Amino acid sequence: MNELPQQLVNGLLLGSMYGLVAIGYTMVYGIVQLINFAHGEIFMTGAFGALTVYVYILPDGTSMWVALPLMLIGAIIVAVLVAMGAERFAYRPLRTAPRLAPLITAIGLSLALQQAVWAWYPDAKSARTFPQIPGGPFHVGNVTIQTGDIFLLLAAPVSMAVLGYFVMKTRTGRGMQATAQDPDTAKLMGINTDRIIVVAFALGAAFAAVGGVAYGLKYGQIEFRMGFILGLKAFTAAVLGGIGNIYGAMIGGVVLGIAETLATAYIADLPGMEKFGSQSWADVWAFVLLILVLLFRPQGLLGERVADRA
Amino acid sequence: MRQRSLIAITAALAAGALTLTACGSRDGGDKNGSGSGSGGTTVTIGVDAPLTGDLSAMGLGIKNSADLAAKNANKKNYVKGVTFKIEALDDQAQPSAGQQNATKLVADKNVLGVVGPLNSSVAESMQKVFDDAKLVEVSPANTGPSLTQGPDWQNKKVRQYKSYFRTATTDAIQGPFAAQYVYNDAKKQKVFVIDDKKTYGAGLAATFTEEFKKLGGKVVGTEHINPDTKDFSAVATKVKKSGADVVYYGGEYPQAGPLSKQIKAAGAKIPLVGGDGINDATYGKLAGPDSTGDLATSVGAPVETLPSAKQFVADYKAAGYKDEYSAYGGYSYDSAWAIIEAVKKVVDDNGGKLPSDARAKVTEAMQNVSFDGVTGKVSFDEYGDATNKQLTVYAVKNGAFTPVKSGTFTG
Repeated sequence: MNELPQQLVNGLLLGSMYGLVAIGYTMVYGIVQLINFAHGEIFMTGAFGALTVYVYILPDGTSMWVALPLMLIGAIIVAVLVAMGAERFAYRPLRTAPRLAPLITAIGLSLALQQAVWAWYPDAKSARTFPQIPGGPFHVGNVTIQTGDIFLLLAAPVSMAVLGYFVMKTRTGRGMQATAQDPDTAKLMGINTDRIIVVAFALGAAFAAVGGVAYGLKYGQIEFRMGFILGLKAFTAAVLGGIGNIYGAMIGGVVLGIAETLATAYIADLPGMEKFGSQSWADVWAFVLLILVLLFRPQGLLGERVADRA
Repeated sequence: MRQRSLIAITAALAAGALTLTACGSRDGGDKNGSGSGSGGTTVTIGVDAPLTGDLSAMGLGIKNSADLAAKNANKKNYVKGVTFKIEALDDQAQPSAGQQNATKLVADKNVLGVVGPLNSSVAESMQKVFDDAKLVEVSPANTGPSLTQGPDWQNKKVRQYKSYFRTATTDAIQGPFAAQYVYNDAKKQKVFVIDDKKTYGAGLAATFTEEFKKLGGKVVGTEHINPDTKDFSAVATKVKKSGADVVYYGGEYPQAGPLSKQIKAAGAKIPLVGGDGINDATYGKLAGPDSTGDLATSVGAPVETLPSAKQFVADYKAAGYKDEYSAYGGYSYDSAWAIIEAVKKVVDDNGGKLPSDARAKVTEAMQNVSFDGVTGKVSFDEYGDATNKQLTVYAVKNGAFTPVKSGTFTG
């Protein structure tokens, strides 16, 4: 059996999830040059928001087809509120501070959000099970796709299309582009940059929430630490794709996911490489790839070589 | 150029943050008062276990069971003039946090013995600290053979620390026991071995593999997973391709559950077999309905079936602890009780008072402790290992591990 198609699909799925989270990193960075390290936790709170809707709000035994849209809305509401709160109370007061100050704040916020969910969400001290979409796996050739993965396969491209339309065609979207290019001039042109920044945080959080629901559906469980490693990977994906570029975030995610998967699957088969091929080495290979890309394209895969501001 | 250097700093910070999360809330030690007792001297039994994080289900079981032992000793006034209480510290399954806790416990003069830790890798970081202070440590759960018998335990056993004891059976017995069951009883011949590269998981996988090959089985693949992720789809696909008829996993339930689920989802409907680290009530939940038939070995006979354990289960329920006693409850109770027995011996020998060098005396007395505990007869051999070498195979049925076969490993 040729396992390559299956491994590519595995990587594509993992990468799409990275991509959904990476969008938030890249948008916030593009506009305020802040690496929002709490973004992984916003992804996590989104997943818990969806779980709350299913377990505590909807009556028991609600069909997943009814529940899923509501869970998605719940996830987005929670994640967006957390992100807007973080922006208002943690980042905005530091807008004029040196860049390292909000960065450290972001790391602190990340830990605080993890511990808050751990301490106050019912039974969140160990992993909580996430409702699953019923129905068996689908077989396309010799590739198996789980029902939970279908959501991710649809959500990632749809989200990208919506985001692309929003940024290119709407007034707010163009305002975001203008703010990203030059916040001071944008302000002079009558753009409310404070509002644009909030919108960037909120949009990033909404995509992270979609990613959070996808994570729950795919792995069947969520926990308070789920956003940490995934957030770091998503940040890596954003840098790989070219930080500041929304399409780059998705491409970077997919490239990273596929690289990890293929490293796990095939490196051990190369002669003399058995020791370096297991899954625990996949991250190493993913970062080797990142370094190589940055050596030859420091701006990332899709990034543009822009003159550095400041 | 400031932005580029910012990214560099950020990356460095990210790496720092990775290690930082490991030691958040390091100060999480609850102080549990354990009844008032009869006044006089108070002896503290330290407890070190992961009370937070993804292994907390097992850790909280250890803490509560040790607490129960202290309460029972106080209620019976088991050691006249001595009141026991526990001091539980959280190691988050991290060796660094464990070592800090060990230092903290050593500094507290009332601590005469420590129950814990859960993880063999944490134990490695604590052993020397305790041994230097001659403070006795009894682990209910460490199964790594080298902790007692030295790194070269397969050829030449050497006792590592005089202050380290355990009530759990070692992987040197558990791995081969599982191999015999899988090959002889379950009739599986082609195994795919996966571990998480930790002291416990890698050790268990190695002892299993050795015995399985000796019996005539074939290892069709090996893989080491990264315990930080939950995406094992690439590994699962490899397992399916290998044509294995069973998977052995050396590691713990937070990874084993999703791993089993993803292997079955990939189309390989084969059982996953693991050690006591996956034998937790949460496993069935994490692994989903397809996990029926997955196997776990665990040290000792099932707590619920031993007559000596009925009392423990009843007491535990009566005490109203929020968390279950989990896989190591009985062993934790016995570990704490062994410390209580040792303290009793020391106090009795010294005319009813604690001697000034109580720690050293308790450590000495521990070597000869012998009593009928929750899990059977509790005593220690010349390496500090439990003399009770009973093991049980459990299988997942209706989402929970149920005992299928108990036995003693004879080599």
